[in-house]
Amino acid sequence: MHIPFVKHTLSNGLDVIVHEDRGCPIVGISVWYHVGSKNEVPGRTGFAHLFEHLMFEGSEHHDRGYFHPLQEAGASLNGSTNADRTNYWEVVPSNAVELALWMESDRMGYLLAALTETKFNNQRDVVLNERRQNYENRPYGMAAMALVAALYPSDHPYHWLTIGSAEDLRAADIADVRAFFRTYYHPANASVAVAGDIDPDVALELVEKYFGEIPGGPSVPRVTVLPRATAPSRPLVLEDRVELPRLYLAWRTPALFAGGDAELDLVADVLAHGKTSRLYRSLVYDTRVATEVAASQNSRELESFFQIVATAAPGHTLVELERAISDEIERLASGGATAPEMERAQAQSEAQFVHRLQTVGGFSGKADQLNAYNTFLGDPGGFALDLGRYRSVTATTLGEAATAYLGRASRVALSVVPFGAGALALEDSVAVQVS
Amino acid sequence: MAVDRTRLPPLGPDPTFTFPDIRKRALPNGLRVWTVEHHDVPLVAILLILPVGAAADPHERPGLAAMTGDMLDEGCGSYSALDIHDALGRLGAQFDVEIGSDAMVLSLTTLARFTKDGLGLVADIARVPRFEQREFERVRELRLTRLLQLRDLAPAVADRAFARLVYQNHPYGHLPIGTEESLRTMTLDEVTAFHRRWFAPGRATIVAVGDALHDDLFEAVARTFADWTAGDADMTLGVDPSGADPPSVVPERLALVDRPGSAQSELRIGHAAAPRNTPDYHALLVLNMILGGQFVSRINLNLREDKGYTYGARTSFEFRRGRGPFILQASVQSDATASAIREALGEVTAIRGSRPPTDDELVLARRALTRGYPRNFETAEQVARATAQLALYGLPDDYFSQFVARVSAVDASEVIRVANAHLDPARLVTVVVGDRDRIGPSLAALNLGASEMAAT
Repeated sequence: MHIPFVKHTLSNGLDVIVHEDRGCPIVGISVWYHVGSKNEVPGRTGFAHLFEHLMFEGSEHHDRGYFHPLQEAGASLNGSTNADRTNYWEVVPSNAVELALWMESDRMGYLLAALTETKFNNQRDVVLNERRQNYENRPYGMAAMALVAALYPSDHPYHWLTIGSAEDLRAADIADVRAFFRTYYHPANASVAVAGDIDPDVALELVEKYFGEIPGGPSVPRVTVLPRATAPSRPLVLEDRVELPRLYLAWRTPALFAGGDAELDLVADVLAHGKTSRLYRSLVYDTRVATEVAASQNSRELESFFQIVATAAPGHTLVELERAISDEIERLASGGATAPEMERAQAQSEAQFVHRLQTVGGFSGKADQLNAYNTFLGDPGGFALDLGRYRSVTATTLGEAATAYLGRASRVALSVVPFGAGALALEDSVAVQVS
Repeated sequence: MAVDRTRLPPLGPDPTFTFPDIRKRALPNGLRVWTVEHHDVPLVAILLILPVGAAADPHERPGLAAMTGDMLDEGCGSYSALDIHDALGRLGAQFDVEIGSDAMVLSLTTLARFTKDGLGLVADIARVPRFEQREFERVRELRLTRLLQLRDLAPAVADRAFARLVYQNHPYGHLPIGTEESLRTMTLDEVTAFHRRWFAPGRATIVAVGDALHDDLFEAVARTFADWTAGDADMTLGVDPSGADPPSVVPERLALVDRPGSAQSELRIGHAAAPRNTPDYHALLVLNMILGGQFVSRINLNLREDKGYTYGARTSFEFRRGRGPFILQASVQSDATASAIREALGEVTAIRGSRPPTDDELVLARRALTRGYPRNFETAEQVARATAQLALYGLPDDYFSQFVARVSAVDASEVIRVANAHLDPARLVTVVVGDRDRIGPSLAALNLGASEMAAT
């Protein structure tokens, strides 16, 4: 199981990766810039994502909005920003690859000539509305913000969410856009993957034709972080417009692809994936103290965080939830996983890797995966290595990861409770403010 | 190679695309078995489609279909509620039960080598659910809690208010999850009876798509479902709410659900529109693309890209067996609520005549729909979902291959005609979930009247 590819680096530093798949007459094009909210500075949080919006507002030689010609060609397209990278993609009928590469290369090479105050102000309003819709107006929508602020010290690049603070977004100006573009948006900090119904030689030639003329740009200094420190020990509480209290427990954990990362991903499965998982069975099915529970290893470039989220059933308290969750973690850490648990976890993990081979483009399609492995491992062929590290997890190493990383002393606990119901939080909680 | 940036590069000739070959067979018990070979990846996607959804809920028992669907995998045959999920987990299978207005769909995607095992589990889930009282009480509690949580979720509050206002007592007037009162008084006998009445092989279709031969897919289904004999043999149709007309008069044009302190206003604007089998289907798709069905549609360009009122606004015709709704949805910043509604209503009105579709808009809409069509058939699950539409709405065998020609034939006069036939500004209902103190006065100025609705 793998994704065959050819890779070529242009003289300007642009990595080009091509994968052929003739299953459907479509091609996925994925452009990654190795910049995300981790590259922002305090006072300008949210900027990498705001910048992503401006990439859809026209460039020097096509100053009329990005969507129109591509949608007319039958494409679907989108982009996204996270802490580590910004990606842009098109899925086009195979006769429109050149159009997509023309468009992507024009905004990589020639964005600023088309930038105006009007566009900037408009997209800032759009992003402020995105923030209202997906964070401020959503139940528990501000919890993640409070959580990462508590997990990471204020000078850590993961201290804030990618959406950023509304105040910082308002403070940003068009000069910031120009500086950001020059620093991060150039071939030497990017990679282009083309996957689907296309001859690899033709694809390489077309990428060279459209992107080869763009100057490489300065090398981007790597963001570094201090070793993990112990989190503050007092639990936190946040009041929100919610009916039921919810508990968040989080730990700083090893980075994407580092030792322990795959193990913790499977710890999350064993704890909370599906109805047979330990926490679902214990909290939701048997004792019914919780109405839902989820766990995840949120893998990222510099370091990850592991999170457990559980919502109290009516009449039950977060103290009960905390105790039950801690007991299950303790049991897993001391006893490891059972054979049936390992069988399920391995079967599900294999199925997930197979599922990932189904689409050439879009979020998490093969083009995107090739870029991810290239960006974070320096090798687009990371699929096999990735699969291998899951296959090598054992019941014992899984338990060891829980022991090493999910200790009570290093965790951050956050209670989100209804307005005026601060007493429902864990004992001795400190109120946090987020806006 | 110098790049010519004075113009966009021309497209090559359209790639050829062969639509999936659907092999249709039936078992002696009436179960339809449709298979499609899809060999790219070693997976198989299976859908069991039953044309009975929330619209089949008895009037006094909203939520019964959804509760029945939810109870299917809470123990079945020799499996307890947890054992069945353990068995699914060992296959690495993804299983789900979805309940819409018109249908219930059981979906399973699994590695091709586990096709038989997966089908066996689906058969137990669909045919012999245990329906135990203890599990029923637990699932009821979870759904009541979900209802409680939805009260804080502005989009869910808006959806519920919109359905109630537009459809009132019509079978589409409630959401699948039902109401607190109905869930509290529902009995397990009702669930059992609903299952006994509707789950019959003569009503159901199994669509199996994936990395196997037609005959092997068919044989695997036949082996697991051949002895399914429950139900009346002649019940080939599900509940057909198209017989019932939605109310022609709505009590309110504008309804506000107060949500103090809201960061935005959640909007739903629309009315009952056309059923899936309308002859105007393709023209309505083109109309919707121009009006609000894609990023470069009039409403999104206006409300987002010009005004910056919202992260995004879109419209859709929800095609169902009966007359599903036309809906515009957006979440807009509070101080722009009235302006956004005015602009949105203006766009719906204008496309009927005062600002008819331009040639550019028409070409864009048609091409976006037709050139993008093949990408809907990339994965086994996509193919299975597309095939399920044929089964659910009785569409002809050549539906996929005719799609491009049908859409390409839609011209401006046709778009204007269907806009006038299926959009009526005088009947549009607007639901706003937002902060009354901040937006109330500006809403009054819209002259649509204003009633306040409770959030439940």
